[in-house]
Amino acid sequence: MTALRSAPAGAASAPRPTRTRPRVSPALAAALAVVAFLLLAAIWPALLATHSPTANDFAAALQSPSWAHWFGTDEAGRDLYSRVVWGARESLLIGVWAATVSLILAVLLGTTAALGGRVLASAVGFVLEVAFAFPALLLALLLVAILGPSAWTQVLAVGIGTAPGYARIVRAQVLAARSSGYVEAAVALGHPRVRIVLRQILPNALRPLVAIFALSIGQSIVWASSLAFLGLGVAPPSSEWGALLDAGRAYITRAPWLVVIPGLVIVALALAATSLGGRLRDALKTGEKP
Amino acid sequence: MTLTTERAATAQAHDTEPRIRVRDLSVGFTTSAGHREVVRDVSFDLYSGRCLAIVGESGSGKSVTARTLVGLTGRGSRVDAAELSLDGDDLRAFGERRWREVRGRRIGVVLQDALVSLDPLRPVGAEIEEALRLHGWGDRPARRRRVIDLLEAVGVPEPARRARQRPGELSGGLRQRALIASAIALEPEIVIADEPTTALDVSVQAQVLAQLDAMKRRGVSLVLISHDLAVVAHLADDILVLRQGEVVEQGPAREVLAAPRHAYTRSLIAAVPGGHTRDTRLAPEFVLPAFPKPRAVPDADVPLVEAAGLRKSYRSPGGARHLAVDDVSFTLARGRTLGIVGESGSGKSTTARLVLALEKPDAGEVRIAGREWTGIRESRRRPERHRIAVVSQDPLTSFDPRWTVEQILRDALDGALRPVERRARIRHLLRLVALDENLLGRLPLTLSGGQRQRVAIARALARDPELIVLDEAVSALDVSVQAQILDLLVALQRALGVGYLFISHDLGVIHHMSDEILVMKDGAVVERGDPDAIFHAPQHPYTRELVGALQRLDEPTAASATHPSGENR
Repeated sequence: MTALRSAPAGAASAPRPTRTRPRVSPALAAALAVVAFLLLAAIWPALLATHSPTANDFAAALQSPSWAHWFGTDEAGRDLYSRVVWGARESLLIGVWAATVSLILAVLLGTTAALGGRVLASAVGFVLEVAFAFPALLLALLLVAILGPSAWTQVLAVGIGTAPGYARIVRAQVLAARSSGYVEAAVALGHPRVRIVLRQILPNALRPLVAIFALSIGQSIVWASSLAFLGLGVAPPSSEWGALLDAGRAYITRAPWLVVIPGLVIVALALAATSLGGRLRDALKTGEKP
Repeated sequence: MTLTTERAATAQAHDTEPRIRVRDLSVGFTTSAGHREVVRDVSFDLYSGRCLAIVGESGSGKSVTARTLVGLTGRGSRVDAAELSLDGDDLRAFGERRWREVRGRRIGVVLQDALVSLDPLRPVGAEIEEALRLHGWGDRPARRRRVIDLLEAVGVPEPARRARQRPGELSGGLRQRALIASAIALEPEIVIADEPTTALDVSVQAQVLAQLDAMKRRGVSLVLISHDLAVVAHLADDILVLRQGEVVEQGPAREVLAAPRHAYTRSLIAAVPGGHTRDTRLAPEFVLPAFPKPRAVPDADVPLVEAAGLRKSYRSPGGARHLAVDDVSFTLARGRTLGIVGESGSGKSTTARLVLALEKPDAGEVRIAGREWTGIRESRRRPERHRIAVVSQDPLTSFDPRWTVEQILRDALDGALRPVERRARIRHLLRLVALDENLLGRLPLTLSGGQRQRVAIARALARDPELIVLDEAVSALDVSVQAQILDLLVALQRALGVGYLFISHDLGVIHHMSDEILVMKDGAVVERGDPDAIFHAPQHPYTRELVGALQRLDEPTAASATHPSGENR
């Protein structure tokens, strides 16, 4: 560090405060723990599950949470905790895929709306505004109605439903990068337009999307669960969390844990993903002007 | 007038007992990174009707020192002093409630940036009235009248109308004056002004300084914080020079300015550019790199830049077209410097953008070395763009925030050289601008202002340009760093034969650098010619006003020369 500081005479101003290592707050630790647990559940459910997720035991139906059944049991006596663990993979995959679809669409549409020719840009911009004004859930419902309920429909419906919002962020980012000083400097250096778009405008504009992606996974799982809750998701034997909510709905007065616990798991994941995404966004900000 | 003389007489009488006494003041901040002292062992006295100037560069602790006088050092700060008193009251024992009584009533504060210091959603009159109301001053109609009187007193024209306007609707000079009005609303006998004229155009600067001078003559004590010795020279009775939180030199203004005892003060004074510094080094202690032999400037048959009848207008928010550049013509010979000087909104930056072909002129054209430049398609111009480079005021925004110094320079060289040659060229460029190779891996964000500007110059030099457009390239730098950059630019021009289009609002810098000067106002050139002619015999009334408003170090102004109280200490 001292070697780096010994710049030519008088060049260095007052010493800058050295950056302190980011401390792990309790909230961050909790978020990391939730995500790590659910990732493990998605990759290797057998390790975490205490029972088979599909073994019926009608004698033990609708039991409230206990030492034997941590999250209680459902109407067929299946262990809810194990079902949540086994459902993690499908739920997370639906979230990740939906977020991916959403962001790919957002980047394509947002970039076109910002950099396309006058007619194309304003056309895409108009479509985005209209789609954004349309409630995302309504758009998703419409798609499910057309394509019929399945996991992939959920992915597409949620991905397309949430894309306009992100596309507007992308467009704003690209526009900001295009009018920045460094792009002007690149023009003055005589760099070709395509090169400026690829090497400077897009990388700078899309950098915040890394964090948005994390945020959007959490959001997508919530959307997908809402669809499943309405019976527009994966078919019942699956223990995808939205499907668990849907199945538990019939017993909501007798066995409220069947709805409350999967709901809390979804909330926990959404919160964890949001908080990690926010953290990531802050960490990526360092390159910009403070 | 009699009142003024009486007040001045009282001020004289009180000279023996200072209003503010500070002894061995230290201020430190505790953060997660540890405790850091930013001010150490500073002592001074402030007397009635006198001005103490605290001078230093950024990070010298000058603002923090002033803020301790009103208890505004902020969270995590620690103030230690053997004595810190205001009219005999021990300020060290003050709690927040007592500080609030001090602020505004006993000590007025004028902060640097009026735009951020004033509530953008409230008319300035209401803002000033609130200061009066909080201290229980008069009833509502009386306060209203007082606000108008105050605005008038600080030289705001049409005060009744201005009082109803929001800060965003006022020019920078008017905003700064509104801020002064709110600082003196309760007639404090002490006023602290923190860089009150920074970011203002010269003519406005002169008006604001005149207001401060008038206050001083009424018996108000001033603490003036500035990085600019020329501004201070006009007003100060005493000067305190700070560097890295320590007093380097302090004493009567004329002694400090005329016969500085400390080398740092001397270098600060020598670093101020102007007519007298032409062809001399501003920062002699700064070691310039060894340059290649001066290159022979190619025959100057054809001028490097010819601009003829340039015109550019923009649509203003109201819908009307606003002429930013109006019939501007000039020529620049190879290896020479053309200075364009003007205040904000004069069209000098738009002229630069037209020369860079970043904007298309509405009329007129620019020719580079006799060939068409603005009239051709971008695809034809692109291969020629390496001939013109640019250095802007804020290099940070002109660098891709993801890139290190090395990537920035490599990008500038892209397409020009083979990779092996590129490495050698990057090293060579760093040597040209006196930057250490160790900095190659750093992000510009982590560099100092001077280092960043040198990276910007290195990038500009990368492709061996014939012309560099320098748009306020040194305006954001401390005076000593500015001196190094100006020295470097002069030396580079001699060695490389590059021409400069040098744009600045700073007349001293323009005078120091230029072979020829254009003075711009409202988009048009009002005067052009040889620098000495323009500065010593300006023809156009506007140029005369500009030159007259210039704060000079070499000629102390009448105000400080005739002020009677300079001797009795």
